Amino acid sequence: MLAVEMRHITKRFPGVLADDDVSFDVRQGEIHALMGENGAGKSVLMSILSGLYRPDSGEILVDGRPVKFASPLDAIGAGIGMVFQSFKLFPSLTVAENVVFREEPTRHGLYDKRAAAAIVTQIAERYGLAVDPAAVTGSLPVGVLQRVEIIKALYRKAKVLILDEPTAVLTPQETDRLFEVLRSLQADGHTIILITHKMREVMAISERVTVLRDGRVVARLNTAETTGEEITRLMTGRDIDLEQSPPKSAPGAPVLEVSGLTCRQAGQKPAVDNVSLTVRAGEIVGIAGVAGNGQSELAEAIAGLRAADAGTVRIAGTDVTAGSVKVRRAAGLSYIPEDRHAVGTAPDADVASNLAMGHHRRPPLLQHGLLKRARLADFAQRLVDRFGIKVAGTGVLARTLSGGNLQKIVVARELDYASPLLIAEQPTRGVDIGAIAAIHKEIADYRDGGGGVLLISAELSEILSLSGRILVMFEGRIVADLEAAATNEAELGLLMAGGELAGAGKEAQS
Amino acid sequence: MSGFFDAALVESIVRALIPVLFAALGALLCDRAGVFNIALEGQLLIGCFGAVAGSYFTGSAVVGVIAAVLAASVFSLILSYGSVTRKAEPIVLGVAMNILAVGITSFLIDAVFHVRGVFQDPAIAGLHHFAIPGLVRIPWIGPALFNLTILGYLGLLLVPATSIVLFRTPLGMRLRGVGERPLAAETLGVSPASYQYGAVTASGVLCGLAGAQLALGNVVQFAENMSAGRGWIAVVAVMLAKDKPYATLGAALLFGSTEAIGFRLQGEGLAVQITDAAPYVVTLIALLFAARSFRRQRAAATVA
Ligand SMILES: Nc1ncnc2c1ncn2[C@@H]1O[C@H](COP(=O)(O)OP(=O)(O)OP(=O)(O)O)[C@@H](O)[C@H]1O
Ligand SMILES: [Mg+2]
Repeated sequence: MLAVEMRHITKRFPGVLADDDVSFDVRQGEIHALMGENGAGKSVLMSILSGLYRPDSGEILVDGRPVKFASPLDAIGAGIGMVFQSFKLFPSLTVAENVVFREEPTRHGLYDKRAAAAIVTQIAERYGLAVDPAAVTGSLPVGVLQRVEIIKALYRKAKVLILDEPTAVLTPQETDRLFEVLRSLQADGHTIILITHKMREVMAISERVTVLRDGRVVARLNTAETTGEEITRLMTGRDIDLEQSPPKSAPGAPVLEVSGLTCRQAGQKPAVDNVSLTVRAGEIVGIAGVAGNGQSELAEAIAGLRAADAGTVRIAGTDVTAGSVKVRRAAGLSYIPEDRHAVGTAPDADVASNLAMGHHRRPPLLQHGLLKRARLADFAQRLVDRFGIKVAGTGVLARTLSGGNLQKIVVARELDYASPLLIAEQPTRGVDIGAIAAIHKEIADYRDGGGGVLLISAELSEILSLSGRILVMFEGRIVADLEAAATNEAELGLLMAGGELAGAGKEAQS
Repeated sequence: MSGFFDAALVESIVRALIPVLFAALGALLCDRAGVFNIALEGQLLIGCFGAVAGSYFTGSAVVGVIAAVLAASVFSLILSYGSVTRKAEPIVLGVAMNILAVGITSFLIDAVFHVRGVFQDPAIAGLHHFAIPGLVRIPWIGPALFNLTILGYLGLLLVPATSIVLFRTPLGMRLRGVGERPLAAETLGVSPASYQYGAVTASGVLCGLAGAQLALGNVVQFAENMSAGRGWIAVVAVMLAKDKPYATLGAALLFGSTEAIGFRLQGEGLAVQITDAAPYVVTLIALLFAARSFRRQRAAATVA
C-alpha cells in the first residue's frame, strides 16, 4: 500500500530544471530516505509534495487517490506535514503558540493558553519530544526548534512526515534522540520521508532509498540490499574517499593566540570561560564539543562579532583584542560562520556579489575606488568552477540556491582570501558527500599552503580526519587538549559530556 | 509661572494626546503586520477634511465622523494595494501619499468651500463633550479624563482593547505572526496579504477617527495641513513604544504634553517658532535614543 505516489513530476525555475520527470513513491509506514547531491532537486520535490510549490506537470496520489495541492494547507489537510530545511517558526511566539498557530484552542473567544500547553505536552510525551510549551522559540537551540516543528505537524494530524536534512544542525546525541522519535512515530503508523546527506543515518534508519541526480531519479533501492559506496556512486558518479592526507610539514609560527578569553552572559555561566589556545601556521586545530558549550561564542569573539569581557586575541602577531571585524580581517582572519543565511550571505544579492564580499575592498576587483564589473564576474565564475557550485549563472540571487550550494559560496569566498588564519565553523553542514570531500581537500591544501585553521564542527568524524590537535570544549572551558592521532570518537564523546578519561586526568586543563 | 501647571494644562495634554494616540495605534497594527506605514500624516489630514465636509453638509457630527472614517480608509487603500498587492516600497508610497493628501485637501477646500487656508463655519457641527457625573469632579484628572468627546473615551479604551486583541486572541497572534515571518504564516494557511490589508485599513479607520477628533473636537474647522506632523509623531511613538499598546499610550502622552506645554508657553510669551518646533525636537531626541534599540531589535529578529 502506497502512502504517497508522485508521478512524472517536473518543476522548472528560470534557468534551472529542478526536477525532471521524477516518479517517487513511499509505502505506508516506512522510513524512506531521499538522497542526492546539493541542488539535485530534493527540497523542491518535497516542497511540491507539501504544497509549497506547484509542479509544472505530473500528478500526486495520496493513499491511492489523486490530489491537487494549491497550498501547504491542502497538503496538511491530506495528512502530509513537512519540517523544512529552514524552520518556519515565529521567534517571538511561544512553543505552544507556534504549534497551534491558526488552529488555536479558544475559550470565550480568547486564546486558551492552558489548553494549548496541554496539547503540546500530550504530543511531546507520547513521542518523547521534550519541549517547554511556554518557552519563547526565538531563544531556543535548533534541536528544540526541530521538535517544535515535528509537534506542529503532528498536531495538524500529519500521517506522512517529511524531514528535510533534519540532522544537519544536530549533534550526534540529538540525532540519536531524533531517530528514537522517528522510530516511535513509525511504530505508531506514521510514514516518514527523510532527506539527508549522511550515509550512516540512511543505513541506520531507512527501509528504502530513492536517489536523485540532476533532477532525475537514478535509483530506487532497498537499504538492506545496498551499501553506502553504491549510493555514493549513484549520487555522484564516482567513488569518494573522505580520508585526508596528513600535513606535509611541521607547524610554524602562531597565527592565532588566544589568552584568557572570557565572554560573560547575564545571569548565566560565562559562555566562554578563560579560554587560551594557539593555532600555528600549517596546522588544523579542531574544537569538539556538544553544541551550546561555547564553541560558537568563542568563534564569534575571535572574529570580532561578540565583545569579550576579558582576555586577548592576537592574529598573525597583531593584537586585535580591541579591533573591529575589519581590523581583524586586515590582520589575517577569514571566517566561515555557522549561520550561512543570516551571517554568511546576503540572500537578496546575487551569487557574484556574495562571492566578492570582502574581496571587493582590494584589487583586482577594486581599481581607483571603483568596482570592475567584468572582473567581478570572472572572479565569481572562477570560484564557481573551482568549488563546483551548482548555479544557473553568477547573476542569480543567493536566496534561490539550494542549502548546500549556499554553503559552498561561503567556503569558496573565505578560502580564496588565502589569509594566515581561517576559522571554519561547521564548514560542511548540509553539503553533499562529494562536496564534503572537496571542501576537506581545500582545507587541507590551505593548511599545506601555510595557513592555520581553527575548525569547529559537530561532526566528530570531520574533526578527527582533518585536525592535528583537538581541543574539547565543555561549559565554556577547554577541558582537554589531545593529539588527533592518539584519540578516537568514544574518548572525545566522553570528554564532551563532561567526563574524565580514566588515568588520563593529566591531559585535561591545559 | 506659579500657576503654570494647572488642571487646564492637564486637560489640554489629554486633548492633544487623543489624535496622536489613534494614529499611533494604527501605526502599531500596521507594524505588527509587517507594513511600515508612514502615510499616517496624510491619512489623518484626509480624515480631518472628511469630518468637516461630512459635518458641514449634513449638520451632524456623527455623519462627520463616518465621513472621516470612510475617506481615510479609502485613502489607505493606496498603501495596501501598492505595498501588499503590487509589492511596492511602503516608504516611498507613504511619502507620496502624504504629499498627495496635502494637495487634494488644499484643492478641495478651494473647490468645495471656496476659501483658502482655513474653513470655519457655524454650520459645522462639532463633537459634544460628555461629562461623566461624579468622576468629572475629581480634581486635576476629572476634567481632563472624564469630560471627553465620545472619540476621546473610545481612544483611551482602544489601548487595553488593542492589547487584548493583539496578545490574547487568535486574530492578534496571527497578525503578529504574519508581521514577523510571512512565509511561515503562509505555510500554515494564514494569508499575510489579507492580514496586512486588514491592518492598513484599520489604520485608515483610526486615522479617520483621529481626524474627526482633531477637526470636530479639538477645534471645529478645517485648516490646510492641520495634521501638523501628528501622523509623523505617531510613527515615532510606536517605534519608541516598540509596538506595545500601553507603551504607545505613554509615548503619545509624551508628545501630547510637549504640544500642550508648548502651547502654554506661547501664552507666556515664548516665540511661536520655538514652541511649534518643540514636538519635533522631542521626536528627534526620541528617535536618536530609539534608533539603537530599534536596530538591535531588527538584528535579533533576522538572526533568530
Ligand atoms: N525558488 C527557487 N528559484 C529558483 N531556483 C530554485 C528555487 N528553489 C530551488 N531552485 C533551484 O533548484 C535546484 C534544486 O534545488 P533543491 O533545493 O531542490 O536542491 P536540494 O537537492 O535540496 O539540494 P541541497 O542538498 O543543497 O539542499 C537548485 O539548482 C536550486 O538552485
Ligand atoms: Mg535542500
